[in-house]
Amino acid sequence: MDFSQSTNIDVTESDFSVAEEYQALVEENPKDGAVVFFVGLVRDMNQGHCIQGLHLEHYPAMTKKALLSIVERARQRWSLGRVRLVHRVGSLKVNDQIVFLGISSPHREASFEAAQFIMDYLKTEAPFWKKETTSDGERWVEANEKDSVARKRWSET
Amino acid sequence: MTKVLFFASLREQAQCDSLEVCLDHNITVAELKRKLIEKNDCLKRALNGNVLTAVDQEMVNDSFCIANGSEVAFFPPVTGG
Repeated sequence: MDFSQSTNIDVTESDFSVAEEYQALVEENPKDGAVVFFVGLVRDMNQGHCIQGLHLEHYPAMTKKALLSIVERARQRWSLGRVRLVHRVGSLKVNDQIVFLGISSPHREASFEAAQFIMDYLKTEAPFWKKETTSDGERWVEANEKDSVARKRWSET
Repeated sequence: MTKVLFFASLREQAQCDSLEVCLDHNITVAELKRKLIEKNDCLKRALNGNVLTAVDQEMVNDSFCIANGSEVAFFPPVTGG
């Protein structure tokens, strides 16, 4: 099997190790000269509320399919090597890791742009929903207008 | 039978996570929503706002035609990442 253009997607309740994910991107990968990665974390303040923790719900039958489709669209636009995407679900605390996206490519421009593209689409198309526990009780996080705007810059229909 | 699923705030408003409907002919997403809204006030509350729809796990718009036996999911705008 050729691992030079592998896509690895994981939706899990478990935490991930950035070091291990990075290792999986670079190990025996002489073709790619660039790795870009992004880690999303739980912030302590959101939309004016003080956050104690959150619960991430998803649509199990659709989640991986949606993420794979986003990565495939990125692969059509840029020449990418390996793509690794981990998204956590379940209960998380402030400062916990939520999402890891790592991309390798021959040159850095492709990884940088594809990382933005994949995160912009993940934020607007992947079926995840956050419910925050705040000092005032529980609330569903509202979708951000800025995420839809960010996605539109890639001008896909 | 067509399975209808609700997620996140819509599931809470609908007060159910899934239900089954029998479609005697193919109908659009908009028509299915109207049909469900007429059933009860909980579904009305759930489906009247900003709702996204997936049919067989693919995002679709209101004019998409649903075949009987599909899995239809209604949910609010997503907030992952």
